Amino acid sequence: MASISIRQVVKRYGTGAKAHQVIHGVDAQIADGEFIVIVGPSGCGKSTLLRMVAGLEEISAGEIAIGSRVVNEVEPAERDIAMVFQNYALYPHMSVFENMAYGLKLRKLPTAQIRERVDRAAAILELGHLLGRKPRELSGGQRQRVAMGRAIVREPQAFLFDEPLSNLDAKLRVQTRLEIQKLHRSLNVTSLFVTHDQVEAMTLAQRIIVMNAGRIEQIGTPEAVYGRPATTFVAGFIGAPAMNLLRGDANARVFSMGEQVLELPAPAPRRGELILGLRPEHAVQAQDGWPLIVEASEMLGAERLVYGQLAGQPFTLRIDGLAAAPAPGSQLMLQAPAERLHWFDPASQQRVE
Amino acid sequence: MVERRPALTVLSHVVLMLGVLVVAFPLYVAFVASTQTSHEIQQAPMSLLPGSHALVNYRDALLGSAGSAGSNAPVARMMWVSLVSALIIALGKIAISLLSAFAIVYFRFPGRGLVFWSIFVTLMLPVEVRIGPTYQVVADLKMLNSYAGLTVPLIASATATFLFRQFFLTVPDELMEAARIDGAGPLRFLRDHLLPLSKTSMAALFVIQFIYGWNQYLWPLLVTTEEPMYPVVIGIKRMIAGGEAAVDWNIVMATALLAMIPPALVVVLMQRWFVKGLVDSEK
Amino acid sequence: MAQEKRVSYRSRWLPWLLLAPQGLVIAVFFFWPAGQALMQALQRQDAFGLGTEWVGLENFQALWNDPSYLASFRTTALFSVLVATFGLGLALLLAVMANRVLRGATVYKTLLIWPYAVAPAIAGVLWLFLFAPAVGVVAHQLQAWGLPWNHLLRGDHAMALVVMAAVWKQISYNFLFFLAGLQSIPKSLIEAAAIDGAGPWKRFWTITFPLLSPTSFFLLVINIVYAFFDTFGIIDAATQGGPGQETAVLVYKVYYDGFKALDLGGSAAQSVVLMTVVIVLTVLQFRFVERRVNY
Repeated sequence: MASISIRQVVKRYGTGAKAHQVIHGVDAQIADGEFIVIVGPSGCGKSTLLRMVAGLEEISAGEIAIGSRVVNEVEPAERDIAMVFQNYALYPHMSVFENMAYGLKLRKLPTAQIRERVDRAAAILELGHLLGRKPRELSGGQRQRVAMGRAIVREPQAFLFDEPLSNLDAKLRVQTRLEIQKLHRSLNVTSLFVTHDQVEAMTLAQRIIVMNAGRIEQIGTPEAVYGRPATTFVAGFIGAPAMNLLRGDANARVFSMGEQVLELPAPAPRRGELILGLRPEHAVQAQDGWPLIVEASEMLGAERLVYGQLAGQPFTLRIDGLAAAPAPGSQLMLQAPAERLHWFDPASQQRVE
Repeated sequence: MVERRPALTVLSHVVLMLGVLVVAFPLYVAFVASTQTSHEIQQAPMSLLPGSHALVNYRDALLGSAGSAGSNAPVARMMWVSLVSALIIALGKIAISLLSAFAIVYFRFPGRGLVFWSIFVTLMLPVEVRIGPTYQVVADLKMLNSYAGLTVPLIASATATFLFRQFFLTVPDELMEAARIDGAGPLRFLRDHLLPLSKTSMAALFVIQFIYGWNQYLWPLLVTTEEPMYPVVIGIKRMIAGGEAAVDWNIVMATALLAMIPPALVVVLMQRWFVKGLVDSEK
Repeated sequence: MAQEKRVSYRSRWLPWLLLAPQGLVIAVFFFWPAGQALMQALQRQDAFGLGTEWVGLENFQALWNDPSYLASFRTTALFSVLVATFGLGLALLLAVMANRVLRGATVYKTLLIWPYAVAPAIAGVLWLFLFAPAVGVVAHQLQAWGLPWNHLLRGDHAMALVVMAAVWKQISYNFLFFLAGLQSIPKSLIEAAAIDGAGPWKRFWTITFPLLSPTSFFLLVINIVYAFFDTFGIIDAATQGGPGQETAVLVYKVYYDGFKALDLGGSAAQSVVLMTVVIVLTVLQFRFVERRVNY
């Protein structure tokens, strides 16, 4: 087990005039035994970053260290890491046992020790009865477990997961998520997990790294990124349905949005143009307050989402599923607790306190 | 077939059976001829029923003990030459093309594009268009009348290389990455993973290249001048060189049948891979 | 399918080592002789074979003015057209029939593809035996029916003989591809046409045949290449280019002039001409293959 340090890492494709930079100098420090999830939309660079840690991509600038060793020039096999791929990447012509044993065989471990490690991993993942089968005879969930087994037997310093749940159906995804959690609790190996699904990030991570367009937007615990998003991107990305972001002009306890003026429960952090953030689940209906003109609603079972316009800007409200559906065109009055309001600078998109 | 039209189905079967008969006819005639004496054949028309001299004829052919005016080379020796060269060509081609395709697909190195196009260009240089100078090279290298001379000029194949290249491109990237993380270098990856996965391609290629090698005519014609090194297809031609009437057709036909057996066996036994390989290799 | 691998190995020297065998062979046995052929085509050896002089394109001009070379061109063209037409036509017929029958399809397939394994030279010998004027079974029958068969004397008979042998051998290959092509046509299209009222004949010509055209084009090019190059064995075994030069196709002439008549410059020039033909045909083949995939 070891810590992972990412220092000013840059990734560039091509050279000279045709160079195309996709990761613009990111820093992160991952503690020994920590479970970190890197989350972000497609193309944000999260997989590229993971593959640079693995050694499958060259590092254009900056340093990556595993433990105390800088690994920029070190071959993947020498970095003492194990990786679980989105497509499982199982060797199709080898049995489950041979798949898990392959890396150990190449490292010239004695047969007895290989046997022992594979059996142990198989027991943890309940693969004991499948050891003789070939990957094509297994279901998706079983294949993913074999992929994890292959990583476990290596007893590496760090686990790297590249969107391992994306190819599973919804139910299996939840199941496997729990298994990964259980695994981490018992093995306590430093883990770097990449996904585009913010639910996976929130449920699995001890800390989340939110990435967008090659930059890190925020690093923090799930509570931190949910409760105190550092940028409008994080605010809109974490939590579903997304946080409402309203543009307007703030002046002490007044927020002007075009013609409409909203009263604030607490003074705004400064004067001038600001973005106000409020999650759909934090607005409450009241007798008086901000007027929401209802346009439509969606019934989800436990909750109902109400879509409308607040002072001319789109706004989503979450209410209890058993409550009556508000009619389109009707008006609801909303209030928000002061501690649930978030403020962002419109120019920099950064949080303002 | 959409409607039930029994007449059309009957017609189809009739046409197909006719086709099979026409295709099989020369073979049948050859077989019958190989079971008769030379005298019986000369009494045209030859009977279409098998005779009784099969064993004698085949023995004479194999041992070269017939007394015909054309070549009397023992067919057994010629079959051996054909077999060895066909195997060398087939296996050699597979090995060489595998390595080249692996290099082109899995490595990035300066000049790779040039290498790719050089191999492509050889597609446009079948042996028939360069016979003169290639013969000269082989003669200069003292490779005439040898297995090397028979096989090496034919052993580099662009089609095989491209077939393997196409196949390697369909192997998922993650497989190589996982193996790399597991600690496998390029040669290990080739041996432990690509080779087992390529079995079907190799089988298909083997069938096609074995037949290609066995049926080679123009090239062996040029580079072999001594009887012991003649492959069987050349041997047959030389048997009929003595003028129509003097030829022992029964021996010739026996030889022809013997010569057809190994490739036909390979095709029939490996039919599945053969068909797949042909259709896939032209994509 | 990706044209590139996402990750490659980084070794500098290993790829060259892997490419060495193929590289060596094609350098020594492909490029060097091809270069030699080009050079020789531009030279002429004197009568004693002692010296060579540069004559530029004279060898090519001589070919152009040589009636027997032009005749060889005509012969090759005729030969290719006949082989392609009959080879494709008969194979298509058999493939269509095989596609129709449900029972026994595999048996027919096995029985029809084995000629692929027969060497062209042997095919030549077999058909020669059938049509040998004195002892051939078919020749005898033809004579009985009043047709004086003699391919040793009559050029048209000789041409017919080699065409028959070449077609016989090529049918299996064409048959396989046509069958694969037919089987890849979605049944739903045929059924839709049937519901629209088209009978089998109409369906074939308006739906099946057009959809088969990529395969047909592809096979056409392949058959022409086959007729140009792979039939040497048939011709050498059956007619040796004769009678006279009536069945001397281009590739046979290259061999004859180079190795029997020992005209190196002329033979080299002919080789260069053939190379050009192959290049044109290969380019055509790749263009049509691409079209085929994009249908």
